[in-house]
Amino acid sequence: MMIETKNLTKKFNELAAVDHISFDVKRGEVFGLLGPNGAGKTTTIRMLSTLTRPTEGTATVGNYDVVKDDHEVRKLIGLVSEKIIMYDRLTAKENLWFFGKLYNIPKEILNKRIDELLKLVQLSNWKDSQVGTFSSGMRQRMNVIRALLNMPEVLFLDEPTLGLDPQSSVEVREFVRKINREKKTTIIITTHMMIEADMLCDRIGIIDHGKIVALDTSTNLKKLVSGADETILELEIANLTTNMVASIQSLKCVNSVSQDNATHIKIHANGDETFDAIIDAIRAEKAKITSVKNLEPTLEDVFLHVTGREVRDNADRKIPLREHRHFMPRRRVR
Amino acid sequence: MSVKSMISHSLMVAWKDLMELFRNKLGLIMLVLMPIFMMSMVGFIYPSDTSISKISIALVNEDKGDGSAMLIMALETLNNNTSMMTITDASSFDEVRDMIQRGDVEGGIVIASNFTSSLISGKQGTITIVTDQSNPQMSTLLQIALKEVFEQIGTWLAQQKVQELNSTVNESNSLAIVKPYSVQTEGSIPGHFSYFDFIAPGIMAMTVMMSVMTGLPAAISHEKEVGTLDGMMVAPINRLAIILGKTLAQTARGLLQGTLILILAVALFGVTIHGSILLVFALLLLGVFSFVGFGVVLTSFAKDQETAMMLMMTLIFPMMFLSGVFFPIQQMPWYMQGISKFLPLTYVATALRKVMVLGAGVSVITTELAVLIGFGIIMTIIAVPVFKRAMTK
Repeated sequence: MMIETKNLTKKFNELAAVDHISFDVKRGEVFGLLGPNGAGKTTTIRMLSTLTRPTEGTATVGNYDVVKDDHEVRKLIGLVSEKIIMYDRLTAKENLWFFGKLYNIPKEILNKRIDELLKLVQLSNWKDSQVGTFSSGMRQRMNVIRALLNMPEVLFLDEPTLGLDPQSSVEVREFVRKINREKKTTIIITTHMMIEADMLCDRIGIIDHGKIVALDTSTNLKKLVSGADETILELEIANLTTNMVASIQSLKCVNSVSQDNATHIKIHANGDETFDAIIDAIRAEKAKITSVKNLEPTLEDVFLHVTGREVRDNADRKIPLREHRHFMPRRRVR
Repeated sequence: MSVKSMISHSLMVAWKDLMELFRNKLGLIMLVLMPIFMMSMVGFIYPSDTSISKISIALVNEDKGDGSAMLIMALETLNNNTSMMTITDASSFDEVRDMIQRGDVEGGIVIASNFTSSLISGKQGTITIVTDQSNPQMSTLLQIALKEVFEQIGTWLAQQKVQELNSTVNESNSLAIVKPYSVQTEGSIPGHFSYFDFIAPGIMAMTVMMSVMTGLPAAISHEKEVGTLDGMMVAPINRLAIILGKTLAQTARGLLQGTLILILAVALFGVTIHGSILLVFALLLLGVFSFVGFGVVLTSFAKDQETAMMLMMTLIFPMMFLSGVFFPIQQMPWYMQGISKFLPLTYVATALRKVMVLGAGVSVITTELAVLIGFGIIMTIIAVPVFKRAMTK
């Protein structure tokens, strides 16, 4: 096991941000922590990467305790934080040089590695430009390769695609996969995006209110939902009315109905002839159905299934003060 | 963890901080302008002895006799040479008061109506100087200046009287009779000294220390806020290397400003350094050492940059005034003097003054040195665990 946590807990003023969580991560695995903002993902990562001291419980990385042997743990890990760890006024190369030097990497090796890493993320031509002039996609790529300077055995990625455009997100995800494949790096990634966790992770821990509420492979997690014989329908109805929604809701087989916008609803239902029942019900209300989608359960559905809430309605509790920082606009120096 | 790698890590941190500083053009300009403003400010606004000229004065002569006429003539002759005052005539004490209230004049001279008759009857003639109490500094200066003027005129009149009474007495003898004592002032070091010589060492000490005191918390809490501090914290380096590196960078910045002040003081304000320059810099460094721990403790407590700056400003402001940089400590009441004894800046300023103005060597400032080293050691002992604890909350 590369990482083992037992009853790991962090309290901020009596409020448990992380509440007795226990999980293991195998060597070479990509492990995802999935949950809404304020669920405790970042705090978990910070404890594992020795930046925050646990209130209770233990955690080891590569068999080193994160509190007692923090120095040894630091040698093994790389951290891609939610915030960009780059100095805007230094050039790409200077930034990497500075962080590389903190790991006592000899000059020649460091120079070579910086060139390789910059090439890997197609930033070689920008190596002498100040990072402050980079686009957010470029900055995030820099942020990722910075964590790889010491060739870590474990790489922590905290919301690595947050605030990136779709194309940059895809690039980062592909890069993460590549590192895992080629360097056999163990990766812990946090995200609030189901698709991301689904695409990248071997196993996913769903975290909510500081607790891990489900932990398995993506396929097995989805079985949790479809095992209950669930049908998920997405309907686009041009003349959608509240009456229609109500009549669907009144059907016995329907578990939940959620409305995204004026014409779009999503229905979770159980049973064999649900499809017909639902269509009949809305046809009776003279609905004009423009499209029907019968969906595979997504991790979103899994989250809803295990927590009873949708991911997007966020944590319905006070978020610890420290976490508030994440909502502040990022300061740009130039 | 070897000492060697700790030093190399601190140097990297210092290098990084200085690179950031030198690439920040506006910041760099401010860095240079600050000491210039500081020096010109204290250099030019503080009054020196020759700074009084063309003060408007109202003159009331209630006396109609020869005595006052002679006095006024002497006053005008003297004034023509020095052009110290512009004299306006007024009719009464009340009018002078109105004029002062309106701001037309800054003071007044009233010659009493019995002036000549008093002189003739062998009594003292009375001259009243009217001052503007709303401007205490000006009224004090005016009082001193006018008293001196009338003293001079009085002496000159008395001299003539003595010569009249006894024709065998010549001019210098008559002066000796009227004013038997001649008082001279001489400093322990030859040469002309101004308020500047007093203030320059203090300002230097203050700038260097302020630079470190504000720079260190700002630098650390800024990195904490934008998240870059995590990049250093997650690396296998000693936490002290981060502080040490940052302190080095801030010290370099402070010394740069200190040197600028020194150059300005010497080049523009004629300050002469009587002691060893090396000792001056050693003292500044020691001052930084005595302060740094304090800055680190505050940094550990401050959650963000704003709080850190506010904490620092609250502490720096009283320190500026209590440590004898601008006003001698001896002028302060005893309890304030007591407080100033707990401020390291007091000792740096005193020691620097002794070295720069009086040309003192190490042996003279041993007390200050010992106190500063003591401050530094105690603060470091407190700061290191506090910082380590605060960084991994």
